[in-house]
Amino acid sequence: MDEIEIETRVNGLARRGRVEPRLTLADYLREHCHLTGTHLGCEHGVCGACTVLLDGAAVRACLVLAVQADGAEVTTIEGLGEPDALSPVQEAFRDHHGLQCGFCTPGFVVSVTAFLRDNPDPSDDEIRAGLSGNICRCTGYQGIMKAVRAAARSTP
Amino acid sequence: MKPAPFAYHAPSSLDEAVALLAEHGDGAKVLAGGQSLVPMLALRLAVFDHLIDLGRIPELRGLERRGGTIRLGAGTTHAAVGSSAEVAEAVPLLSRATPFIGHFQIRNRGTIGGAIAHADPAAEYPAVALALEAELETVSPRGQRTIPAADFFTGTWTTALADDEILTGVTFPVWGGRSGHAIEELARRHGDFAVAGATVALELDDDGRVGRCAIGLLGLGSTPERATAAEATVTGTAIADVDAQGVGEAAMAVLRSVPADLHGSADYRRRVGAAMVARAWRRAAQEALHG
Repeated sequence: MDEIEIETRVNGLARRGRVEPRLTLADYLREHCHLTGTHLGCEHGVCGACTVLLDGAAVRACLVLAVQADGAEVTTIEGLGEPDALSPVQEAFRDHHGLQCGFCTPGFVVSVTAFLRDNPDPSDDEIRAGLSGNICRCTGYQGIMKAVRAAARSTP
Repeated sequence: MKPAPFAYHAPSSLDEAVALLAEHGDGAKVLAGGQSLVPMLALRLAVFDHLIDLGRIPELRGLERRGGTIRLGAGTTHAAVGSSAEVAEAVPLLSRATPFIGHFQIRNRGTIGGAIAHADPAAEYPAVALALEAELETVSPRGQRTIPAADFFTGTWTTALADDEILTGVTFPVWGGRSGHAIEELARRHGDFAVAGATVALELDDDGRVGRCAIGLLGLGSTPERATAAEATVTGTAIADVDAQGVGEAAMAVLRSVPADLHGSADYRRRVGAAMVARAWRRAAQEALHG
């Protein structure tokens, strides 16, 4: 099939690429942009590991075609913080044992970043609903809950 | 890359989209938010030669209050529906159904037109559209038409839409007066497809009787269902005399093909369905009586 030219801004940098229409945004980020922090678990919209921000909204990058992101602004886990300058959510996940094997963590951190931006002072029930779109197969949810509570406190 | 190859079209107007769909026939599929279609492509449950993306057509978005109705463009996202104060006031059931749809990441992409055209029997918006007698506006090379929701859902993932027809908008009536609205569903985890669910809208007359009511059922057949017989038995009854559990059981009486799978047998689903109707009825009645 004919490749299509797309232009996006990924973590603030302009990116231009030629892609097959069937390429997902997740594969585009990983294989074309070499941003492998966006993880792929299920590849059909169940696990949330590939969550990124698309024009500021948290979405599953495996359920967006790269061609649909033409003209959009994308933020991946790499765009949220640096190893020596973690974002408040990343900091809270580290401090509160919010990760075990780490595979699901990029998706959780991106989801939680969007969730707390829109719900700065959530109840525990709201946090659980906000986390429901991400699966942690180590089942380390209590640490994640603590991390989200702490991140909510640290970002007034 | 998991989907089979396809050509991609991104029309910027509805006219262009209709022409593309007519040109490519049944080898083409329209792409709305993609939250059901893209997984089906990834699993190769669906294969198309052409995808026509409706996401760049501004005329499909937005909502408009027109007297006793509210019209939502088919491309309005679940997130936009759920956060709209106008929708919450005009069609409370739509607002209250929204948090049950998937997760917030799904709701940021999924659209009301996509959900209704996809016609999953366990989905929330189709059940609300059916129960509230929404009108579905479509366009095809033969022009525009309006399909009543009662005629729209013909089977699992199957609708009255022709192969070359696009759903453009959904119009809901606004219920006024002393009315109450509630949705209840049981799912194994939040955001999963419901084992069974129910929506209730009811309106009281000046004497505290049920003036009218609408009971929608989801996950209990090959399409969303409406419990018209149960509605008829309680309409005209004093609200205080209505036995909610009885309404639930009567609502299950209309069901002909209750699904059975590893999440529950047909009998189990009927029991859950009756309980969901009863709970939704009680909450809607409380709201109608006490605000």
